Amino acid sequence: MASLVHATLDEGVATARAKVRRHRQLVITLRIAFAIVMLGSWEILSRTKIIDPFFFGRPSEIGHKIWVWATVGTPDGPLWDQVWITMEEALLGFAIGVGAGIIFGLALGRIRLLAEVLGPYIKAANSIPRVVLGSIFIIWLGLGLPSKVALAFVLVFFVVFFNAFQGVREVNEDVIANARILGASRTTVTTQVVLPSALTWIIASLHTSFGFALVGAVVGEFIGSIHGLGHLIAFAQGTFDTNGVFAAMFILAVIALAAEFLITTLENRLITWRPSRRDEVAL
Amino acid sequence: MSTVIAPEREFSPATTLSADAPAIELLGAAKRFRTPSGDIYTALHDFNLTVGRGEFVSIVGPTGCGKSTTLSLISGLAPPSAGEVRVMGEPVASIGTQLGYVFQGDVLFPWKSVIGNVSAGLRFRGMPKKEARERAREWIAKVGLSGFEDHYPHQLSGGMRKRTALAQSLITSPEIILMDEPFSALDVQTRTLMEDELLELWSSTSASVVFVTHDLEEAIALSDRVCVMTAGPGTVKGIYDIDLPRPRHVAEIRFDTRFVELYRDVWENLRDEVLLSYERAKSNG
Repeated sequence: MASLVHATLDEGVATARAKVRRHRQLVITLRIAFAIVMLGSWEILSRTKIIDPFFFGRPSEIGHKIWVWATVGTPDGPLWDQVWITMEEALLGFAIGVGAGIIFGLALGRIRLLAEVLGPYIKAANSIPRVVLGSIFIIWLGLGLPSKVALAFVLVFFVVFFNAFQGVREVNEDVIANARILGASRTTVTTQVVLPSALTWIIASLHTSFGFALVGAVVGEFIGSIHGLGHLIAFAQGTFDTNGVFAAMFILAVIALAAEFLITTLENRLITWRPSRRDEVAL
Repeated sequence: MSTVIAPEREFSPATTLSADAPAIELLGAAKRFRTPSGDIYTALHDFNLTVGRGEFVSIVGPTGCGKSTTLSLISGLAPPSAGEVRVMGEPVASIGTQLGYVFQGDVLFPWKSVIGNVSAGLRFRGMPKKEARERAREWIAKVGLSGFEDHYPHQLSGGMRKRTALAQSLITSPEIILMDEPFSALDVQTRTLMEDELLELWSSTSASVVFVTHDLEEAIALSDRVCVMTAGPGTVKGIYDIDLPRPRHVAEIRFDTRFVELYRDVWENLRDEVLLSYERAKSNG
């Protein structure tokens, strides 16, 4: 009797798994079909001159452009050098911005007086459209790497700072009181209670802020530089090379997606304690 | 200053030896808050209560009468606006660490496993990790959670989280245990079970307990004395000795004739305050 129940239960689980697998295959197939339809119609519309290939480019030409850049080289030199320069600027700006954002967020979140004094200035600084700072940074720091890192930094810093600050403010007062009564000092509360509690907020901000780091690096290169993907775009724009602009855009998108994947992996590694929706498999 | 001090407090602090002082003394304690609109709200007013060493005292009162405020004064989480609070004969000057506090809500660290949560107090006090985890394992067994050491709070039921919280507060062997409606979120069966377990854990210690609840049955079943509070601003309305024999079984003692008598006596007193608080809530809402 019991084994019979188990057998039907096992069967139920097996069919449920097969159902989940079939659904996933369907989703992947439809995704590929979507890409083929979109790129295919672009290609056909462009080849039949329904849309002007001069202004709108053509997927096959964009692919060819990337191939030429990768094998022969770009107008600025080897493609990998351009990618690496942009990545270096974005990663440096990102790292410094995240570090400073977390430190300031924790400090202002924990020390009330500091928040009261600096709060309005930070709000004012945040209201400046920060991309225009790129011009100032190029005047101050020149055409090289530092000016791009600075622009990426200011874009990243505010996103991480506001999230870290909010995360600190959201920490349950009773959890802090509990830690204090259990014998934690103020510093211990900050490092072992407030920081882990705010980590969910901080990591959530990393998703958007890496995108901002790339924006900072590319826009910086756009405004004034001698190499990098942003300069490649500016150069292609200057020569009315639509396919070149699209090609650089595509490479940037691939970088952003790869970074997004890495941050999600990091998130899952760091926040194992969080209730996960994947625990539940509907039968 | 002298106008707010209760008349019975005639002795001078110097003559009180902390060795034989009561565990907790609240002397004419008051607590006032400033509301966001700028008004002054009096939560507690001229509150006098003494808790002896090893004594189990419950504080009951209607919703919003300042019951929890008494605990934040004793623990040092909030200073009194007037009057004095002493623990072991010493005025409370900072957050007390020789006491255990079981909060009403869920205050476990969600990013720590059960064993991480239970050992936290020892780790904060500087005990090496290995030793702290060994001691935590013993306490996890004591509250019946062996096998759940590596689970995170979100994977536990409400009752299991409360057991973890109990082990977390009691592992530091506090001389004073403060409990703020600890079982109010549990279902009735789990609650009775937890009350029995609490009495058993407490009987093996010499700790004094202040137990805040709005449930008179729970208060009488657990305590040596029950303190009834008035509807806010809260002050002591009456203190009742509960002369029921120990050890007690919470589920059964409710049928004891003496229990019923005591319940009737205390309820007589509490009812007016509950009605008053209910009327106020209705007129405000």
